[in-house]
Amino acid sequence: MRVFLQVWRQKNGQSKGRFERYEASDISPDMSLLEMLDVVNEGLVQKNEAPIAFDHDCREGICGMCGLVINGVPHGSEGGATTCQLHMRKFRDGDEIWIEPFRAKAFPVLRDCVVDRTALDRIIQAGGFISVRTGAAPDANQILVPKEDADLAMDAAACIGCGACVAACPNASAMLFTAAKLSHLGLLPQGQPERYSRALAMVKQMDAEGFGACTNHEECEAVCPKEVSIDFIARMNRDFAKAAATFRPPKARGGGD
Amino acid sequence: MTLNSNCPTGPIEKRWEKRRFEMKLVNPANKRKYNVIVVGSGLAGASAAASLGELGYNVQCFCYQDSPRRAHSIAAQGGINAAKNYTNDGDSIFRLFYDTVKGGDFRARESNVYRLAEVSVDIIDQCTAQGVPFAREYGGLLANRSFGGAQVSRTFYARGQTGQQLLIGAYQALARQIAAGTVKMSCRSEMLELIVVDGVARGIVTRDMVTGKIEAHVADAVALCTGGYGNVFYLSTNAKGCNAMALWRAHKKGAFLANPCFTQIHPTCIPVKGEYQSKLTLMSESLRNDGRVWVPKDGKDSGKPVFDIPENARDYYLERRYPAFGNLVPRDIASRAAKQVCDDGRGVGPGGLGVYLDFADSIKRLGRKTIEERYGNLFDMYHHITDENPYEVPMRIYPAVHYTMGGLWVDYDLMSTVPGLFVGGEANFSDHGANRLGASALMQGLADGYFVLPYTIGHYLGQRAAGGVKLDHPEVKAAKKSVEERVQKLLDIGGSRSPDSFHRELGLLCWEHCGMARNKAGLEKALARIPELRAEFWQDLRVVGSGEELNQELERAGRVADALEFAELMVRDALHREESCGGHFREESQTPEGEAMRDDERYCYVAAWAHQGVDAEPVLHKEPLSFEYVKLTQRSYK
Ligand SMILES: Cc1cc2nc3c(=O)[nH]c(=O)nc-3n(C[C@H](O)[C@H](O)[C@H](O)COP(=O)(O)OP(=O)(O)OC[C@H]3O[C@@H](n4cnc5c(N)ncnc54)[C@H](O)[C@@H]3O)c2cc1C
Ligand code: FES
Repeated sequence: MRVFLQVWRQKNGQSKGRFERYEASDISPDMSLLEMLDVVNEGLVQKNEAPIAFDHDCREGICGMCGLVINGVPHGSEGGATTCQLHMRKFRDGDEIWIEPFRAKAFPVLRDCVVDRTALDRIIQAGGFISVRTGAAPDANQILVPKEDADLAMDAAACIGCGACVAACPNASAMLFTAAKLSHLGLLPQGQPERYSRALAMVKQMDAEGFGACTNHEECEAVCPKEVSIDFIARMNRDFAKAAATFRPPKARGGGD
Repeated sequence: MTLNSNCPTGPIEKRWEKRRFEMKLVNPANKRKYNVIVVGSGLAGASAAASLGELGYNVQCFCYQDSPRRAHSIAAQGGINAAKNYTNDGDSIFRLFYDTVKGGDFRARESNVYRLAEVSVDIIDQCTAQGVPFAREYGGLLANRSFGGAQVSRTFYARGQTGQQLLIGAYQALARQIAAGTVKMSCRSEMLELIVVDGVARGIVTRDMVTGKIEAHVADAVALCTGGYGNVFYLSTNAKGCNAMALWRAHKKGAFLANPCFTQIHPTCIPVKGEYQSKLTLMSESLRNDGRVWVPKDGKDSGKPVFDIPENARDYYLERRYPAFGNLVPRDIASRAAKQVCDDGRGVGPGGLGVYLDFADSIKRLGRKTIEERYGNLFDMYHHITDENPYEVPMRIYPAVHYTMGGLWVDYDLMSTVPGLFVGGEANFSDHGANRLGASALMQGLADGYFVLPYTIGHYLGQRAAGGVKLDHPEVKAAKKSVEERVQKLLDIGGSRSPDSFHRELGLLCWEHCGMARNKAGLEKALARIPELRAEFWQDLRVVGSGEELNQELERAGRVADALEFAELMVRDALHREESCGGHFREESQTPEGEAMRDDERYCYVAAWAHQGVDAEPVLHKEPLSFEYVKLTQRSYK
């Protein structure tokens, strides 16, 4: 098959970008979309032109590295899939396909379709963990976790941190991402001691990074390749409200011998 | 040079304890004066960096992805082994040790493997405390399953995303240390050289993959946790970015490479579709619990639609050849058997490179719902990629390169032959011998990172003063300069072929001659061809763009350049080892029934190679292996 691409090209973070049109011919419907781009890139190299830069690694939907907006939808309109899991058989011969980077103030473009998503890492660094020292853990079966809680925590933990939720949101909010982590840890007994301080810290960082607020567009859930539910946002809001109302910062630890 | 494995002596159950007691300790107030570089943020790297940071060392961690959370470990599906014996089915540390030594076809060091089994139980405790959402039973206890043909249920899992959840656990521990200021994380940062000063590892040179800036970093110790070299084959189940560069750079700076020919081919992957194929997708091994593997008895039926092949014309070859284990034989055996039937002309699907994995009987016996519960996500994934519905039509699978048991040689302390250079995870050769058991790589990565390296690196640092080498040291400057020149050289060739085109060619060559079955003639052919291909690369490579920008072609070029050297050593190692063991099958060394035949008289050793120059022959050093606890026997799964 043959398709036409409109691809966002931008030399670096400082320069202005624009769409460029490319023709991709001799495309097999069994190819993945990224394999199609590989073929286009090989052609560009033959013409001594800079290939299209895009992020990817595992190419099987788990690392969260890939992320293209395809025809206006982060990860394309397949649903429950990442960019690397799209196949050309979902397009028709002669289609025009628009390909651009995830866009958000907190995700500056580095080149073409590659963006900087380190803001998400900083949200985790603000408190998205359970403070446990290596070697200080009790026997695993001393901590009983009801199966339903473990399963729900796993639903939240399935987030791959790709940032599609941010790219889909009209406010570029990172609520779904943050809520997924807060719920994963907050649902487990191990996560209870830091549950409220964690909610405060992560939300604060989220705001500091320039992500927007949630105004219930629900676009995030629709594009999430792991189908993480927006119910987790409600859970986060509850924890945050409770934390804001009752949380007292810890007193300075001192003394001792 | 004689290789000293530096293993403690005495009863095997006491060795690790003994070593830990003998270790030098660093005064807590002095720890922050020591700089430790950890390259890699996979299970091994993230857990090591987090634990070292927590101990108080000043840690710098690097990865090539945009976030440490994306390391290739994230892709592991099946599970992680631990000798908890929670299911009361007779497991023990000794049994896990025994299974691992035997499964590795007696080419691993007993002391290391025992320690691995010993700390496996701590890993599960650690991860659970971190909030890793392992599967649970209704009573709230952890669930286990049997995996990869093991006779006990010792595998812990988190749906089909065990690697992801374990890595997120380690990543979060790392994030905590980054916030605490004990670890400095550099992402999109690729190590291009190891810095060695006076024979000791003192730092690395990296390239910032966004700006192209080349920088030297000095430290008191360096730990490489950079994963395996499976992508030398181009097509593999590894992530696209996985590469052998860090290993190869270290090797060229004096670190011996051990058993590079021990590569694992996984039997259940989705077959290649076309020339454009960029990677191969693993279908979890667990599918073999309920799927039956078959091909037509007669090659004439190969092209027929599957339902036109009647039951009596099907050959369930694993069940026929290995009645005791059937479809659950270890990976190397299942892979080889698939190759044999395809070589016989009985393979199915495009090019005849596939075998059926059929769930019809299980669906009839257990109902579609049960199968859906067990494998739903895998069936969907298969459907997605192939456009075929595996509930209705049998899956087609074929073996693919998956894991590399070989790697940098390390002693008991996981230190390479370059003092101060430690190696953890898939990057070292240490624990899996010639074949790795399912669910044991995750275990090893975390064992190395959480429980071994923090101790052994501390012991190393405890014996020397901090600092000493600065950025203006001549060796440091020379290393940086050599990287700058090398990058420029790649850019200046100005030929006509892309890095990928060379990589594909190299991969095919390795797959054909150094893949599932190897023989002298084929290996010699590859050994002759690889240097030619390398010469073509350096004459005809084209890298568009410059070094001072985000340039993915340049990144690939550097990796392929090293793969072209690495592959030669892998082939040479395969040629020298004239026995079959584990994943290394030499056609010359088989029993009359076509099974692998080990040669303990001649090859019961670790082959550790010392680099002598790109076009010079490497020197082979042998570390003899002795087995005190597990008796050397031929593996049999009949
Ligand atoms: C599809 C798949 C499924 C698997 N399933 C299982 C399973 O169920 N159970 C099991 O036990 N094992 C499994 N394995 C094997 C297991 O996942 C790996 O062996 C293991 O995760 C490797 O971990 P690691 O920490 O050694 O390296 P990796 O996770 O590969 O991490 C390597 C790190 O090094 C960095 N790096 C590499 N080179 C450089 C460089 N030059 N400069 C800077 N950084 C660099 C990378 O950025 C990355 O952070 C599976 C493997 C695959 C491919
Ligand atoms: S490349 Fe890993 S999720 Fe797409």
